[in-house]
Amino acid sequence: MAKKKPGKEGVNWDYSPSLESTSHITILPKYELFINNEWVKPSSKKYFKTTNPANEDVLSEIAWANDYDVDLAVKAARNAYNDVWSKTTPKERSKYIYRIARLMQEHARELSVIETLDAGKPIRESRDIDVPLACNHFFYYAGWADKLEYAFPNQPMEALGVAGQIIPWNFPLLMAAWKIAPALAAGNCVVLKPAETTSLTALKLAEIIKASGLPPGVVNIITGHGDTGAAIVNHPDINKIAFTGSTNVGKIIQRAIAGTGKKATLELGGKSANIIFDDAPIDQAVEGIVNGIFFNQGHVCCAGSRLFVQENIAELVIRKLKHRMDSLYLGNPLDKNTDIGAINSKEQLETIEKYIKIGISEGAEIYQSTCELPGKGYFCRPTIFTNVAQSSRISQEEIFGPVLSIQTFRTVDEVIQKANNSPYGLAAGVWTDKGSRIFNLTSKLRAGVIWANTYNKFDPTSPFGGYKESGFGREGGLHGLGAYLKMKL
Amino acid sequence: MDRVEILKTYKIYIGGAFPRTESGRHYTPLNSKGDPLGNLCLSSRKDVRNAVVAARKAFGSWSERSAFNRGQIIYRIAEMLEGRKEQFISELQKQGSSKAEAEKEVILAIDRIVYYAGWCDKYNQVLSAVNPVSSAHFNFSTYESMGVIGVLAPQATSLIGLVSLLIPAICSGNTAVLIASEKLPLCAITFAEVLNSSDVPGGVVNILTGTLDELAPGLAAHMDVNAFISEPLGSMEIGIAQAAVDNLKRKFSYEADWSSEKSQGLYYISDCLELKTTWHPIENIGGSTSSY
Amino acid sequence: MKVPISFNKLPTSPSIDKVGVEERVARFQTRSIKNESKRQGLDLVLSMIDLTTLEGKDTPGKVKQMCYKAHHLHDAYAGVPNVAAVCVYPSMVRIAKTALNGTDVKVASVSTAFPSGQSTREIKITDTKFAVDEGADEIDMVISRGKFLAGEYNFVFDEIASIKEACGKARLKVILETGELCTLDNVRKASHIAIYAGADFIKTSTGKIQPAATMQVTYTMLMAIKDYYDATGIMIGMKPAGGISTSKLALHNLVMVKEILGNNWLNNEWFRFGASSLANDVLMQIMKLETGVYQSSDYFSID
Repeated sequence: MAKKKPGKEGVNWDYSPSLESTSHITILPKYELFINNEWVKPSSKKYFKTTNPANEDVLSEIAWANDYDVDLAVKAARNAYNDVWSKTTPKERSKYIYRIARLMQEHARELSVIETLDAGKPIRESRDIDVPLACNHFFYYAGWADKLEYAFPNQPMEALGVAGQIIPWNFPLLMAAWKIAPALAAGNCVVLKPAETTSLTALKLAEIIKASGLPPGVVNIITGHGDTGAAIVNHPDINKIAFTGSTNVGKIIQRAIAGTGKKATLELGGKSANIIFDDAPIDQAVEGIVNGIFFNQGHVCCAGSRLFVQENIAELVIRKLKHRMDSLYLGNPLDKNTDIGAINSKEQLETIEKYIKIGISEGAEIYQSTCELPGKGYFCRPTIFTNVAQSSRISQEEIFGPVLSIQTFRTVDEVIQKANNSPYGLAAGVWTDKGSRIFNLTSKLRAGVIWANTYNKFDPTSPFGGYKESGFGREGGLHGLGAYLKMKL
Repeated sequence: MDRVEILKTYKIYIGGAFPRTESGRHYTPLNSKGDPLGNLCLSSRKDVRNAVVAARKAFGSWSERSAFNRGQIIYRIAEMLEGRKEQFISELQKQGSSKAEAEKEVILAIDRIVYYAGWCDKYNQVLSAVNPVSSAHFNFSTYESMGVIGVLAPQATSLIGLVSLLIPAICSGNTAVLIASEKLPLCAITFAEVLNSSDVPGGVVNILTGTLDELAPGLAAHMDVNAFISEPLGSMEIGIAQAAVDNLKRKFSYEADWSSEKSQGLYYISDCLELKTTWHPIENIGGSTSSY
Repeated sequence: MKVPISFNKLPTSPSIDKVGVEERVARFQTRSIKNESKRQGLDLVLSMIDLTTLEGKDTPGKVKQMCYKAHHLHDAYAGVPNVAAVCVYPSMVRIAKTALNGTDVKVASVSTAFPSGQSTREIKITDTKFAVDEGADEIDMVISRGKFLAGEYNFVFDEIASIKEACGKARLKVILETGELCTLDNVRKASHIAIYAGADFIKTSTGKIQPAATMQVTYTMLMAIKDYYDATGIMIGMKPAGGISTSKLALHNLVMVKEILGNNWLNNEWFRFGASSLANDVLMQIMKLETGVYQSSDYFSID
């Protein structure tokens, strides 16, 4: 019997808008600095606006801390450390962190919605990934507080004192959790600065911390721009700087603290390779490519932004990838069906668009998914470039957006060499059905996280961090404790 | 008439060979009594470059050797050093130590090398972890060698400081470029001879003599050096630390009494390692995990 | 007509990573189907149902009642479609055909020594021809799972091809019985064999073995259909059967079909649900949407 050709009787079935409700959440018109468990007006008297990148609406005004405010926060942290926190028993410390974890879980919906409003990421991701992971991170480190002597064999450790923490805008709440939870478990006090475009969930976390009864000054959350961060880095009474962000800023920080004895951990940029062999589970690999580069609009330091496909399956993989890209929903981040949300800021959108132009001018072949762009807000279509060379700028420089460069390879040695041929070394992906090849590659790729037959997986128990210019130190897991402890001599 | 003694020529050690410095220069450190210790190579920045090239070349095969094999080779260094104990004692005396001090230093150096030889195939067992992630993945973290390590040998000792920093750095598969103590350089070159006769592949350790001022900044700034370890450097500290930033070198300063039994341990090894975490799915055949 | 092809000449099936499939399937399940979209989807589900009774105790009376239900799903409310087909044993085909005379509801018959398939080729062909002669519009055959698991892929391929021949004008659905194939790699390979051997539809399960139509299995089979379509331009139908008893799961199946194969497959020519209790759940959901009131099963007939 002859088969019917498509297109005759199919039903045009699509998803109605399904917006997550913004009721039962509170965003104040104005936020002050969180110092000593109090809301303190900035001595600068300055505030800056935070907007929803999906529609450019102003969400709130945020205090802009200057040197004096930073000093106030550091003093609060130092006093809390000397007078209270260093005298709190590990067991009690542990219970405070558990309390924060539970309170965060209770506020999960509110945190997710605010994260989506402020950062532009799809509600599916804030709800299913960012917020649960953030809660779990506190839960995981809570249990370490009274077990630190088991973490470093035969080596007594002690807290550092006051940690200054500067976090990025791509995973605002999750990064705050990655920083604060291990610092507290290890017995430190904290001055944390969220990124200027995404302060709100950190300030919500401040409310939660206050509600948890954590002693005043143990965690201080101050907001502002780069100058606020610089004031933290340069403050003489800070024992440790933890920074997640760009490699350029990481280097500036590292220079600033050179010779000061401040300890540092840096989680910086990447240009991670995602490698597909011809025996890979192809359809899952295509999902891995999509998840690797389009997760959180590509605003992911470990994004699989360099795809290496074995030449004999390149055509097939690219065809499947394009088809999959066309089934991604781009739009209102609050819609539960949205896969691709808004680019975090106008500046970032301009950077991404600049790189797309560079890719075109370098002669690479562009494909963008067919979705419509909303009229307002900062959006960018999922984009791939084929015919890219190792020497192209789009395959060397971190774009931090939904832009993938695709290269082909022929042999195992060739792809290892190309994958490692980068100043970065944060992550890599390998897709093959052959076990011995997986272990060959995972041991030869110079990167801190290797995903074999999967990509962009995170867990509180799993250490995360890079080789080479992707930074140093690890966050997560037992090894993440090392960032907030020093050897007791 | 007394026999005319054959004086030793102190050369530098790069890629398993003993060249003179490419600069053709030398310097003559004096001991505390003002006697010359010998004519030492006054190495240049180009020698640093050549040494880093040799170290990078040696890194691949050294880091891929089995941990057991590296342990055997490190142990072999101790054997060779034991056999040449007297030469080191005499050099230490020449550089100002008493006989008793010299003997103690050499013996401690030998024992410390044996100590680290034993760690080669154990540190990863002690420091690694299987991480119980919540998803259907097997996840483990293990340590890997980092690459080329720049080592500034402690200035106040000729042998034990050098051994205390160098051996933990290379026992894990790293290769090293070491700058000897400026004023007490003799044992460093003789130690290179020990290395050369003890199955350590050429390039794994490269040793230069010369001035800190000239050599340290270049080594600290070299883009193909992954880490830089030293004692606290006083007035040079900030400059060196800033020079190390461009490729985000890992930088560690150790303040220690190297002649103490306690100045050794696992964490001297782990500082020069990178932690790698690997994920792989775990297939659960049989029970359907569908939520329906 | 498809050109017969021997199994040896088939392209190879890609390997499947089950954890990756589970993640993908979880993503389909996060799709939120509301309002208009839900109403339209529920109608679509109803129109895709193969109402099924496959029991040793089936009688003409039982089959006749089910057939009546097939085109009178819920007479209390006028706006619901008929189901696509009824699915019965060969001995009941004539009864069903008569009962459905004058309607657009098709009659499907299982065959080939359903459900185990443990019989000879001759008997399977005879079984199939009997059902077709009795008036079956569609044949739901089972593959020889034992042979498949023993690696006798040529046997499985040839058997499907011979049943296809015996079907004549009737459309052939090939039941893989995925619960007995155990791995998704096997499901993928069996899909491949069935499609190239002449299946018009591929179907997950007999309903007699658990697990049946899990989303993972259906996803894997849809991907096989997609690859075949990309290679040849020929559409193959899909029928998950067994275990789909709620509207929510049915809608999530439609989400998969839409996002993998596209809207062209969203009709009962190309997609079916093999189910018996699904229809009433969908009807209750429709009535909830129409009236705004949550429903009781006492108000929906069980046939």
